[in-house]
Amino acid sequence: MAFIDYYKVLGVSKSATTAEIKKAYRKLARKYHPDVNPNDKTAEQKFKEINEANEVLGDPEKRKKYDKYGKDWQHGEAYEQAQRQQQSQRQYQHHASGGFEGASFSEGDFSDFFESMFGGGGATRGRGRSAGFRGQDFNAELQLDLRDVYETHKRILNVNGKNIRLTIPAGVENGQVIKIAGKGGPGVNGGPNGDLLIQFNIGNNTKFKRDGSDLYSTETIDLYTAILGGEITVDTFDGKVKLKIKPETQNGTKVKLKGKGFPVYKKEGHFGDLYITYNIEMPTKLSAKEKALFNELNNLKS
Amino acid sequence: MSTETYIPIETLCTFYKVETSFFHGLNDYGLIEITTIETSPCIHQKQIKNLESIVRLHQDLHINFEGIDTILNLLDKIHDLQNELAATKNRLRIFED
Repeated sequence: MAFIDYYKVLGVSKSATTAEIKKAYRKLARKYHPDVNPNDKTAEQKFKEINEANEVLGDPEKRKKYDKYGKDWQHGEAYEQAQRQQQSQRQYQHHASGGFEGASFSEGDFSDFFESMFGGGGATRGRGRSAGFRGQDFNAELQLDLRDVYETHKRILNVNGKNIRLTIPAGVENGQVIKIAGKGGPGVNGGPNGDLLIQFNIGNNTKFKRDGSDLYSTETIDLYTAILGGEITVDTFDGKVKLKIKPETQNGTKVKLKGKGFPVYKKEGHFGDLYITYNIEMPTKLSAKEKALFNELNNLKS
Repeated sequence: MSTETYIPIETLCTFYKVETSFFHGLNDYGLIEITTIETSPCIHQKQIKNLESIVRLHQDLHINFEGIDTILNLLDKIHDLQNELAATKNRLRIFED
């Protein structure tokens, strides 16, 4: 458990007046308040830290105690006393949390350092916010593979001990968030429940690159097929197709396979396109005869 | 729409410890929409999330209605830009090995 320099957190000197502390706190609160920093975990953490610092330095009694024990807080009488008193309470609090974390600024976010010195339940938390009328939003992340989102499918998620059946529509984007209304924390005094927000993180270890509903891939063809034309079999996302290669096909030629791309989100039966780029492979380790024939071709050209 | 999804302002005043005038002020600034149900001014529960954010900005940071309106507009803009950035990053994956 590390010592926290609350003066440093608020950026004030040890001799700062109450007014200076208040001013510094308010300035930082405006900067890091979760309502002006949505989906920003760093800001949220910072906000907790400045609140804790303000809880201590903004309260003359706590500040006095903090200044008195300073870095030697562990040897302080107050520390030992608080330690005895808070032991059971802390254990309870640790049990109560866990699982999904609410979107923002729930209370009970004081550091272990704070709780050791001032006690978890002992804090006045005058500035602490009360729970909302509406329940908290729960945020969850779901790791999926690109193959998983090629078809609409159902999944059962366990959120805070409750099973939630979720339909994942085909074509969901990487990073997309789906909101399940009313499946967040319960409201207070008849207030509405929060929502469950699920972010999809979609990994891709296929040979296809995805851009929305279009897919891109590269196919290698040998020099002779490129020059003379022919037929090749290529992979599509869910199978194989035969393609005719025109004679004298250039390296880097792109062909579009209409409707062979990825499903369009929430448009059943609609698919994007697959773009295939031909990469012409040059022959290596030529035999003497091959070299002679290439020379002949070269001479013909000139 | 069911009347159950509307919450009387009176209930909200008690909960957030604010005066009725606070809600009427928000309504005047176009920050929330008050609907009268059987003579009782209410707001739809869909607005609660936004309302709670407004209440916190007002109570925690002492921001007035003009400031809140400006912040909410900027947040909408940030939200759009974040979506655009996410879409751009996804497109850039095409060029990654």
